[in-house]
Order: sequence, then structure tokens, then C-alpha cells
Amino acid sequence: MNRRLPLLITILLFGYAFLYIPIVSLIVYSFNESRLVTVWGGFSTKWYGELLNNGPLLSAAWLSVRIAALTATLAVILGTLAALALVRFRRFRGRGSLEVMVTAPLVMPEVIIGLSLLLLFVAMETVIGWPAGRGMTTIVIAHTTFAMAYVTVVVQSRLAHMDLSLEEAALDLGARPIKVFFAITLPIIAPSLIAGWLLAFTLSLDDLVVASFVSGPGSTTLPMVVYSSVRLGVSPEINALATIIVGLVTLAVLIAGWVLWRQEKRNQLDAH
Amino acid sequence: MASVRQFKPEEPWQAPEGEPIVRIENVTKRFGSFYAVDDVSLHIHQGEFFSLLGSSGCGKTTLLRMLAGFETPTSGRIFIDGQDVTDIPPYERPVNMMFQSYALFPHMNVADNIAFGLKQEGMAKAERQERVAEMMALVQIDKLAQRKPHQLSGGQRQRVALARALAKHPKILLLDEPLGALDKKLREQTQFELVNIQERLGITFIVVTHDQEEAMTMSSRIALMHEGRIEQVDPPRRLYEFPSTRYAASFIGSVNLFEGYVVQQDDDQVLVQCDEAGGQLLVRHSQPLVPGMEVTLALRPEKVRVISHLDADAPNQLRGVIKEIAYLGDVSIYHVELASGKRVQFTQSNVQALAEQPLTWDEEVLLGWSANSCGVLTE
Repeated sequence: MNRRLPLLITILLFGYAFLYIPIVSLIVYSFNESRLVTVWGGFSTKWYGELLNNGPLLSAAWLSVRIAALTATLAVILGTLAALALVRFRRFRGRGSLEVMVTAPLVMPEVIIGLSLLLLFVAMETVIGWPAGRGMTTIVIAHTTFAMAYVTVVVQSRLAHMDLSLEEAALDLGARPIKVFFAITLPIIAPSLIAGWLLAFTLSLDDLVVASFVSGPGSTTLPMVVYSSVRLGVSPEINALATIIVGLVTLAVLIAGWVLWRQEKRNQLDAH
Repeated sequence: MASVRQFKPEEPWQAPEGEPIVRIENVTKRFGSFYAVDDVSLHIHQGEFFSLLGSSGCGKTTLLRMLAGFETPTSGRIFIDGQDVTDIPPYERPVNMMFQSYALFPHMNVADNIAFGLKQEGMAKAERQERVAEMMALVQIDKLAQRKPHQLSGGQRQRVALARALAKHPKILLLDEPLGALDKKLREQTQFELVNIQERLGITFIVVTHDQEEAMTMSSRIALMHEGRIEQVDPPRRLYEFPSTRYAASFIGSVNLFEGYVVQQDDDQVLVQCDEAGGQLLVRHSQPLVPGMEVTLALRPEKVRVISHLDADAPNQLRGVIKEIAYLGDVSIYHVELASGKRVQFTQSNVQALAEQPLTWDEEVLLGWSANSCGVLTE
């Protein structure tokens, strides 16, 4: 066992290095004094300052945050409904196809999701006149379709582990079904809703491909700005921005993980 | 098997004029082609501690869930206190249930769990708090009001579940394996408490259990179920002493069964030819039987005695050889092989066994029992 330990540690270090060196170098260079990205010119936080003066970038960031928040909220509502349908109503017409459709975006290439939604929006505009043009609305709809899939999976697993007799007990004590949902089911699955919301928020904030397809003039999201400016050469400003995003995403993922971990622990305690 | 219940002179199921609090009429529940409950009719009276007893899959839980309203009968009607509740949803029925898993709401503390039902009926806060305190005192968990369910032991959870189900003062309390999750010691102690609480409140209890000892100890009456049907409904003592079917006889306690046919019947004495026993057996049976009819005799092991010598006048004497002895502490079980190869079980308390000369393996013994000791089963 002990003789294999050095080997294990080496492999572990390589693994971590592979995953994190790019991010670490990005963070390090965001504090670079020099304008040349690859030449270290001393420590500075001036690029963070410059970031604040970059109007288009900030408005794109604000748009992305709004889209992500809206997407996450819609995805949680729809994803929870889909999960309830799949877990609680064991047999209904179209159950199989709902299950496939709901989880399809998990494995579908983003390009195809983006393209198909674009075609749909254009067709809808021609036929029913809504959504008029492409912009924030279409991006939110597009993001919701794939973020919902993740929420469904997370909530579904929580619901499947929930003791059905809890709901029956509430019914038995005189609560009507709607009341049972809000007083019993919702609080019990709440941790998975929070985790799902954070996950959807992160997915939406990150997305470049789908958003590029369904956005219109005046609705440029943060990843789109970053992508187009990087094509003209990486500026340290982008490094600073990326550092902030990495920080936010890490925080969101940690919170989601912590919420799920705590819930898991409580489940184990309840099981005894 | 001892009953802790004081037998009261009035036995409500004997009174023909009394309206039963639960009337189950020809209820059938089918899942696909499987009959979980098959044409069951049952009357349960106010103040009874009624047990539905049977092995798993016999339909007892389905029947209980139909009383609670979680399942709808495929056919038949259910009346509670004169009202047809067959199509009434669970949240409008005057019954409450204690779940096998206890189903305590994990995000609420003990007091909120108990108050949940009262809140639903819109009881004022002061009255509600008073009722919750009263319930917690009843089940002796006064100090746990602020605890969350995951901070409680199994026994404490069971009490909270009981208090929550009793809080609304239901007309009927349904209990699904109420003691199933407790260890043996705690279970015995809780049996007595359940009976005390039930007698104090006068609420009708309907209990589902697979544990015959539990049912025998607590119940005023037991309905023994088998494959969706009711085999027998009787007070514990009657169910044990006078099982009416072969299944009932073998489910409750252990029993020796002898196959035979009726030779003749004088008054209330029946003579049965039984080849397994190597002769004719005499039993007391008052219902008229036709000679030649095939019957089964049921004999409890503790009613068999070892006798010292053949008595020409006494009936029911068999000779055999002891093949197995199982020592259980208070009693020992002996398996005796008859000349026909049939094995007969009998038990003897070890106090008695020590006083007399001890029985041992391969010893030839003479067994005897009185005509009153045997039951006659025709089904």
C-alpha cells in the first residue's frame, strides 16, 4: 500500500495540474502590469479598474446576469413540474416520450439546439408574430429549454427518494392536495430546487453557442463579448473578467454542492 | 398467550341493535388481475381495539388504506359512523392514521408535527397549543417539543406519530404495524401503553399487524386475513381455542392436525376415525355432522399430557417415541413419532418436567388428551 502511495500522489498531481493550470495562469495574468498577455510585467490590479470603465462589457454582463436569473427561475418551475409528473404519476400516456424529451438536451449538441430553436423562433414570428425579433426573450426561452433538463434530473432524484407516506400523512391530517404540495413536498425538496437554480444560472451565464444563434442586435451576452474581443487578441482586461466569472461560478457550484451534501446527510439521519 | 385486556361484560359485537362505527360491505380491491382484497364484509364497533392480522400480501394493509381513503375499492361500500365514505377523499374523513414509517415531517419540530392536523381544521392558536401539550403529555414526550424528527430515537418517533394521529380526536385511529420498527423489549412495553391509551380515550383503534402475539395481546377482536379474504373474526381467546379453519388453526400458535372422517355423533360427542392416529378419536363438537364427512382435528401442543399407563375408559390415548426435544427455557417442545409415522408435538413446562422424571430421546411415551381439547375443522 505504502509503496504505491508516491505513484498515486504523482497521478493526482498530474490530474489537478491538467485541470487547473490553465485557470491558474489566467488568474495570475489578470494581475499582470504589462499589456502583453504573455510577458510578466509586475503585479497590478489596474485591469480590474479598467473593467469598470468598459461600458459595453458591463452592460453585456448585466444582461447575462438578468438572463441567467430569469432562466434559472423558469427552469426550476418547469423542471420541478416535469420531475413531479415523472416521479408521482407513474403511468400516463406519453410518459416515455416526456422522459426522453426532457432529458434530451443533456446529450444534444448545443449547435443543434441553437439552430433548431432559431428556426422555430423565425417560423413562429412569421405565423403568430411572437416573439417579435430576437433578443433577451428568445435567449431566455432557449436557455430555459436546456437548463430545465438539468433541473429535472436533480429534482427527480430528490423526489424519488422522498417517502410517499409523508404526503399521505398530510392528506390524512386534513390538508388538501395543493396545501400538501406547498406545506410538505416543497420544503422537503427545497434543497434540490436551490441546487437546480444555481446550476441553471451557471449554465445560462456560461453559454455562448446557443445564445449566438438566438440573440439579436442589442442583446449581446457576456460570453459573446468575450469571444469576439478575444478574436482581436486577448487583453488582460478579459483575464480580469474571466477571473471574476471563475470566482462566481466556483462559489455557485460550491453552494449547490454544500446544499446537496447537507440534504444527503439529513436523509441519512432520517433513515435511522 | 396472555391477553392484557380486561374482558368487559358488554361485548359490542354481540349486541345486534348497536350500529357499528365501521361497516365494510362486500369490498373488493383489484390491482390488474390480482385481488388484493376479495369480497370482505366486516363490522367494527365503537371502542374496539380491532386487529387485522395476516402474513404479508394478505390484503390487510390495502384494507386499512381503503379505510383511510388512499385506495378506492373496486367494488363494495365503506361506511364510517353511518356515513358512506367510499368516495370521500382522505382529507375529509373522520379517521387518522399512524404510518408504519411514522411519516413525521422532517422539516417541522415535534410540536409543529402534532399541530399540523389541527391547523388544517383552523383551530385557534391558544386551543391548539393546549391540545398539543395534552397530546405530548399523553404519550410522555413533553420535553421534546422543539426537537426535529432526526434528533429522536425510534421509540420517541413512534410516540410523536401516535400523538399526531390522535391530536384531531378522530372517530377511528388506523395503525399500520405500529410497533413493527421497535425492538422486542420496547415493543412489549409499548403494547400495554397502546391499550391503556385506547381505553382512556375510548377511540376505536384498527391495527394492521403480522405479529400474532401482538394481536393476541392488544386486541378486543382479531380478523385473520388470508389471500384477500377474512378467515375468521373473533376475540383472541376464541380465535386460539376454537379456530374455524385449518389456516386459522395453523397461523395462530402451533397445532397438531389429524385428518379423518366422522364415524358417529352422540349429542355433542363425535367419534372420528383417524388412520394417522391409528384408531378412533373422541372430540366434543355441538354442531351436527354427517357420518362419513371428512374433517380435520386440531390439537394444541400444550393440551397433550404424558400419561403413565393406559386407561381403558379414557379416550384419545396414543403411543409414540420421542424424536426431538427443543428446550425454550420456560417450556420444552417434544416431537413424538406415532406408529403410523405421523409426528405429534406437545409442550411441557420445564418446572413440571423437572418435578417428574425427565423425558429423553427415543423414550416411548403414552400421550393423552380430553375430548374438550380438540377442535373440529370442516374447512
